[in-house]
Amino acid sequence: METDFFTLQEFMTHTKAIAYLLIGVALVALPLFWLFLTGRDDKKKTY
Amino acid sequence: MNQAVPPGKTLLTPFNIISGIILLIGGIITILRFTQGIGAVTNLDDTNPWGIWIGFDLLCGVALAAGGYVTCAACYIFGLKKFRCAVRPAILTAFLGYALVVLALHYDVGRPWRLPFPIFVSQGTSSILFEVALCVFLYLTVLLLEFSPVVFEWLNWKGARYLIGKVSMVLVIFGIILSTLHQSSLGALFLIAPSKLHPLWHSGYIAVYFFISSIFAGMSMVIAEHMLVARFLHDKIDAEHNIESNTVALGFAKAAAFLMAGYVMIQIIGIAMDNDWKYLGTGWGLWYLTEIVGFVVLPAGFYAVGVRERNVKLIRWTSFWVVSGIVLNRLNVSLVAFNWQLPLDQRYFPSFMEIMTTVFIITLGVVIYKFIVVRMPVLHGHPDYPDDHH
Repeated sequence: METDFFTLQEFMTHTKAIAYLLIGVALVALPLFWLFLTGRDDKKKTY
Repeated sequence: MNQAVPPGKTLLTPFNIISGIILLIGGIITILRFTQGIGAVTNLDDTNPWGIWIGFDLLCGVALAAGGYVTCAACYIFGLKKFRCAVRPAILTAFLGYALVVLALHYDVGRPWRLPFPIFVSQGTSSILFEVALCVFLYLTVLLLEFSPVVFEWLNWKGARYLIGKVSMVLVIFGIILSTLHQSSLGALFLIAPSKLHPLWHSGYIAVYFFISSIFAGMSMVIAEHMLVARFLHDKIDAEHNIESNTVALGFAKAAAFLMAGYVMIQIIGIAMDNDWKYLGTGWGLWYLTEIVGFVVLPAGFYAVGVRERNVKLIRWTSFWVVSGIVLNRLNVSLVAFNWQLPLDQRYFPSFMEIMTTVFIITLGVVIYKFIVVRMPVLHGHPDYPDDHH
C-alpha cells in the first residue's frame, strides 16, 4: 500500500524510520553471514 | 627472452585466425568512424548520446579493471603477502583495461588529437567528467609505472628495475586513491539524470554502489582471469603461482561474498530512503530483482559455500557469474534503465558496427595480453628476482 505524504517532514520521518530498521537488520544479518563464511576456518589462538 | 613461436610451429592457429579477422573488421570500422563521422557507424542520437562504447567499453572496462587496485591494496596495504602472485596479472589486466577504455573513448569522442585538452588546456573543474578524465589519465600513468618492473626485468634493465622498485609503495597508494575517486565518480555521473534513469537504479548512493561493486568485480575478475590463463596459457604459469592461486581464490571469494552482502543491504536501504518500494511490483522491478537476487545474492551464497567447502572450482565458476552481473548492472544503469520512459521506437539499440567495435577492442586486449604474458615474467617469476614479484 502506497503511503501519501503531504510534507517533506512526513516523507523523511517515514523513510528514515524504515532505513533505521533496515540498518538494525543489517547489523544482525551481516555478522551472522560472516560467521557462516568463516565457520570452517582454522581457528587461530590470539592469546 | 622467450621465443613466442618455437621452430616448427605455425602462426595460423584458430585463435590467431579468428582474432585476425576481428581485428581486420575493426580496422575497417575504425577508418569509417574517423573518416565518415560517428553517425555513419552508430545508432546514437541527441536522445541517446551514450551507447555501448560508454556503457560497456568504459563503465564495464573500468569496473572489471578494478582488480589492479584491489589486489595491490590487499597485498601491500593490508600486508596479505599470500596474494602476491595475483599482483602482476591484476596490474596487467588493469593497465590494458584502462588503456582500452581510453581507446574506446576516442571512438565516442572523436578528434583524438584533442585528448589532452580537458587536462592541459580547458579544465572543466565543476564537472564530474573532468574528475573522471583526470583520474583515468593519472591512474593509467600509475599503472604503466607499476607494470614497468616486469618490462625492465624482461629487458634486463637492472638499474631502472631497482629505481622503480624504490617508489612502488608510493605508486600503490596513489593508485588506490585515484581508483577510489573515479570508480565512484563513474556512478556519480548519473546523479545529474534523476528523470532519465529509472528510480530503482538512480539513487543518492549510486557513487557508493559503483565503488563497492567495483571491489568485488575486481576480485572476481582476478579469480576468473586465473581460470582462463590456467586453461589456455598453463605452460606460462610456474608452480608457485599455481599453488598460490587457490589461496587467492579462497581469500578473494570470502571478501567478495561479504562485500556483496553489504552491497545488497545498501541497495535495500537506498530503496527505503527514496521510498521506491512501489516500483518493485512492476516489470522494471522484476528486472531489478533479477539483477540483485540473480547476480548478487545467489553468487554471494555460492561464494560462501565455496569458501566453507574449500571448493575452488565452484568459486572460479561463480566468479564468471559475478563478472556477468557487474556487466549487467553497468548496462542497466547506462542503457537499459536509462531513458526508460521513452517509447520503444525512441530507445537505443547498438548498431552492428558499434558491437563489432566493442568486440574488436576486447580482442585487441586479449591479443596484447597474450603477447605480454608469453614473453614477460607475469605469470612466472624472473630467475634474477626469485623473492620479488613486484
